[in-house]
Amino acid sequence: MKSFRGKTLSWTTADGTVELALHREPCNEIGSATLTELEFFAAALETLKKDAQSVIICSTRSEGFCAGADLRELYQRSQPLPVEKRVPELRGFLERIHRVMNTLDAAPFTTIAAVHGVVFGGGFELALICDLIVADKMARFCFPELRLGLIPGFGGIPRLKRDLGNAVVRDLLLTGRSINAAKAQSVGLVSQIAAEGDALRVARATAAQANKFDRDTAVAAKRFLKPIPHEELRQEIDIFCELFSRPAVEAGLRKFVESTDALPYLP
Amino acid sequence: MNTLEQTTDEILNLAATHFKVPREQLSPGDDFFKKLGINSLQALDLLTRIEQHFRIELPDYELQGVTDFRTLAERIQSRL
Repeated sequence: MKSFRGKTLSWTTADGTVELALHREPCNEIGSATLTELEFFAAALETLKKDAQSVIICSTRSEGFCAGADLRELYQRSQPLPVEKRVPELRGFLERIHRVMNTLDAAPFTTIAAVHGVVFGGGFELALICDLIVADKMARFCFPELRLGLIPGFGGIPRLKRDLGNAVVRDLLLTGRSINAAKAQSVGLVSQIAAEGDALRVARATAAQANKFDRDTAVAAKRFLKPIPHEELRQEIDIFCELFSRPAVEAGLRKFVESTDALPYLP
Repeated sequence: MNTLEQTTDEILNLAATHFKVPREQLSPGDDFFKKLGINSLQALDLLTRIEQHFRIELPDYELQGVTDFRTLAERIQSRL
């Protein structure tokens, strides 16, 4: 399927590049609907290979690229369940999203995240599966999970460790602070910085350049450059589930859900 | 290096320009959330612009509880 329009995302194919655009209000929070459509996209990659060699992941939401997991849905889905069934339900969700993330991470395309505004939590993790990150100069990156008594659950720590040095990984995780695009570039997270509103244009130019190369060579280079840290990813799911079962996390999530702030994950 | 007054003045100019508020309506002691009518997302935007303008890193946890321009200027001053 060369193009698709769903409830949370859409994609189109042109000039050898697939553009996957997230468009869920308010800021592309990843819940079950997004996950289902990401799975649909992952399944379509084999067909998309015929017409494209690059994938750009971007957002049409002015607030930013993606604010992370849909914590409201996570809380509301777990609450009606008996306590002993909450973690198995969560584990099932995490295993599904890890499968999608791993598929996209290793996809036989050059993948580019074109990010702006908020790139937080699960949104940051989605950007990290891409081969390159092109950032609008106003983009901000953050892993706020520790504020809720959790760790990132969509593969964030293993992929951050794969790509960056200890100082920045620990700073981001253990302080929960956000960093701007310039800092993100200086630590090796962001490949290119674009002017305000220009990240998608820069990503398209980058994809056009990548599309000039032989696909098999690019795929071989990619396999060598970014192996999937499978063992650590499995550990992450275990640790997340262990932390999730604590009463403090439930209290933190309740506070988050009951917040009247439209974007309560912000500092 | 900037004096605190210069830094405060630059923040007020930056906020007035970006959030389209007449500069003469802004004072160092103003609550910038109220005076600029901004939410937490826009405050994050202001933080990014401040970091770019002053070429500094200002971790957001240092701004917890900071609501007025003068205190914001003091935090910036400590990073210059």
